[in-house]
Amino acid sequence: MSEIDNNQSGDTRRDFLKKTSLFTALSLTPLTVLKAADNKVDERFAELFEKIPLNLKVNNKPYVLKVEPRVTLLDLLREQLHLTGTKKGCDHGQCGACTVHVDGERVNSCLSLAVMNEGKSITTIEGLAKGDELHPMQAAFIKHDGFQCGYCTPGQIMSGIACIREGHANSKEEIREYMSGNICRCGAYPNIVDAIQEVKEKGATI
Amino acid sequence: MEFFVDENDRVDGVDKVTGKAKYFAEYQLPGLTYGVLVTSTITKGKITTIDTKLAKSAPGVLDVLSHLNKPVAAGYEQAGGSPMKIFYTDQVFFNGQPIALVVADTFERATYAATLVKVNYEKEAFNTDFENSIKDAKAKKLQGQPPYIRGVADAYKTAEVKIEQIYTMPVETHNPMELHGIIADWCANDQVTVYAKTQGVKAAQAAIANVFKIPQENIQVNSEFVGGGFGMALKTWPIEIATVMASKHLKKPVKLVVTRDQMFTMVGNRPAAYQKVGLGATKDGKITGITHTAFGQTATYENFTEGVVNMTKFMYDSENVNTNYYVVPLDMSVPIWMRGPGEATGAFALESAIDEMAHALDMDPLDFRMKNDPEIDPAKKIPFSSKNIKEAYKLGSAKIGWSNRKNKPGSIVDGAWQIGYGVSIGVFNASRGRASVKGILKADGTLVLQSATSDIGPGTGTGMGLIASRLLNIPTNKITFELGDSSLPPAPSQGGSATLSTVGTAVNDVCVSLKSTIAELAANSNMDATSNFVDVLKKNNLPMIEVTKQSQSNQQGKDYSMYSFSIHFVQVKVHQLTGVVKVSKIVSVGDSGKIVSPKTARSQMIGGAVGGIGMALTEEALLDNRYGRYVNNNFADYHVPVHADVPEIDVIFIDKPDFIVNPMGAKGMGEIALIGFAGAVANAVFNATGKRIRSLPITPDKVLEG
Repeated sequence: MSEIDNNQSGDTRRDFLKKTSLFTALSLTPLTVLKAADNKVDERFAELFEKIPLNLKVNNKPYVLKVEPRVTLLDLLREQLHLTGTKKGCDHGQCGACTVHVDGERVNSCLSLAVMNEGKSITTIEGLAKGDELHPMQAAFIKHDGFQCGYCTPGQIMSGIACIREGHANSKEEIREYMSGNICRCGAYPNIVDAIQEVKEKGATI
Repeated sequence: MEFFVDENDRVDGVDKVTGKAKYFAEYQLPGLTYGVLVTSTITKGKITTIDTKLAKSAPGVLDVLSHLNKPVAAGYEQAGGSPMKIFYTDQVFFNGQPIALVVADTFERATYAATLVKVNYEKEAFNTDFENSIKDAKAKKLQGQPPYIRGVADAYKTAEVKIEQIYTMPVETHNPMELHGIIADWCANDQVTVYAKTQGVKAAQAAIANVFKIPQENIQVNSEFVGGGFGMALKTWPIEIATVMASKHLKKPVKLVVTRDQMFTMVGNRPAAYQKVGLGATKDGKITGITHTAFGQTATYENFTEGVVNMTKFMYDSENVNTNYYVVPLDMSVPIWMRGPGEATGAFALESAIDEMAHALDMDPLDFRMKNDPEIDPAKKIPFSSKNIKEAYKLGSAKIGWSNRKNKPGSIVDGAWQIGYGVSIGVFNASRGRASVKGILKADGTLVLQSATSDIGPGTGTGMGLIASRLLNIPTNKITFELGDSSLPPAPSQGGSATLSTVGTAVNDVCVSLKSTIAELAANSNMDATSNFVDVLKKNNLPMIEVTKQSQSNQQGKDYSMYSFSIHFVQVKVHQLTGVVKVSKIVSVGDSGKIVSPKTARSQMIGGAVGGIGMALTEEALLDNRYGRYVNNNFADYHVPVHADVPEIDVIFIDKPDFIVNPMGAKGMGEIALIGFAGAVANAVFNATGKRIRSLPITPDKVLEG
């Protein structure tokens, strides 16, 4: 965790930086430090100290990044990489709208700090179609009308694919059980289950 | 490439399954900044101090807005009044009220800085206890709606058979999957662009114009994709105004996305309700009197009323009906219509009472309903424009296997489970409003339709495309329907199941007009009247023709009573040991005229049933009256139905056109999909167990206690 989050004393981060020895390590005199802090020059140092290098792949594209440790994988995708197909529904791992695949497994990206994904390969909804050719699950969602507003849809699709890969799509009951982490407030559930079941039964490698 | 497998597929389906569909928070503006709200930790009182010094000096913070540095909003200068004027008051009206907005260069920095704002208050005593507040309602002279009376008041009291019961339900929250918020970009010369989550781009434009006293033309509202609304996006909320203020103040685009817990206090709810229904009938099952008195919850700072007792006035043939509706002001955030709105609340009480009466008479509840089904609207004494209730009862009961039902509760047992069947009716206004649509028919064979309506999920563009496709014989994939843009021809907000009827009528008129123009052009250029429009336009050297039509609200309201109807049949299984209720079968029958878009219509009915499962069994926003705060303000504790709660759902449409309502013969469906559903579940639970649960949601503790 960063010093900010552990700062229980009520001190601001700027106060902390004024006190920190990191500045001393950069051969600055205390007076210069104070002045720097007042002029917000400290923020440039913050860039150096508060961001952590991160290498990951998203939809097979390698990224070399520097991110604050408090940034979630979800916010990294949406706000920094502008991959907004992954949705924020609760930010607490309770709704599944942010589901992505990390090394092939479904993960609530809001519960994963970006920096925890060093070296990993992320697949988002944007990475499913091959050019103009939709992934079979995407096509099945359209065919079965597995959505209305569409906001939970990327999460449902990512989760649905994983559900089949995990071997948890052998009956409607099983699909319902293993898809219950993905909420759809429009209530497209029966259509989503139909879509997943059809993809499973067609047996294509997904 | 050709995506259209079926003309009934959603026109925006590919965008939605590939992540291309852009919702409000997903627009990338240069120099975008992030707002995070600070909310009140007391329920009522006055803000005495707000210390923003630490927050302002935190990294990346641009400013902190509050009532201390209220940015100029000319429409807020006059003190007091309704609606609540954010940052123009030091008063706290409810717990979780937005009182400051921290704006920083990143979301994380704004979130952290918001924790540094220190607020002191002068607390006042408050009241959030709904049921206790009803007790001395008369003394308080509560506001509400005018009482209704037909025949003799309280006639049920002298009936041969009577029932008198109280039905309650808690606050529910809309909680669409998309978090609420807005991006506001106030540019030079008071030109404002917002990316909003709204059910009405024109209403949002008017609301912003009203607060900042700038011309509506200066405000561009974009809201192409909306991640669900269910009513909560029918209003431009104070937090949206606050974000516009921040953008104006900082001269930068500002984005606000609220947290899930803030969805419980900042964007409305379905108010708690307390209803008393008295029902009288003769021994042979003729209703002789209905009295329905309802109390809803409202806020102290803004008023909210809805149609809780509407359907009681005309759904059953009774000479004597009287209704009362009151609202109880509490120190809580103001409610707003939630899908099915007050009618869904009222239907739970009325349809439970009808079932109780059928049981008291030892009649099959279907027979009892049929026997009291009115031929004409008994309140207005005029015919219904169309009503196929009896046919709907017949189709639905056959599909669910109503003949398996035993009239004696608790008769069917399957291992640990008791099985029961229930039915309920839903009804909602089907009249239409006024909207404008522009149609551009092009020589390349395409049609563009434009209207400032919205699509919160029902498939507006898909339905409109199908209307146009049939009239002009153009495949749906050659038709584009543009919406969610305030610069398009005006349309009302998407609510009250009126969009298809209202906007669809204008689409119809546009297509009829385009067709006749093509026919004229064909005649003038010696072409066959049935010539393809592409050939006609080319022959006339016209790249396109365009027309704008405005539909009017229908004038037949004085001659016909116009409603959509639904009948919900459910089978439930109740676990004898744990009291768990599972809805095991659903048949929903829609009597809403001609079905324009069968696939999306079916989805809408399914969605209503799912919402109904939530209303019946799981949804309850729990408030701790000692603190005035919600205790389950998240998706882990406020239970909306999940996959495992929802069985297969059969949808049947009567599919008979009602040309009195509009030229498509189609009536609205969004509300009826949900209205009545909770009553059907409660009635099924009674049939399964003999336990009548009159308090929603029907949780296991109530079943075991009942």
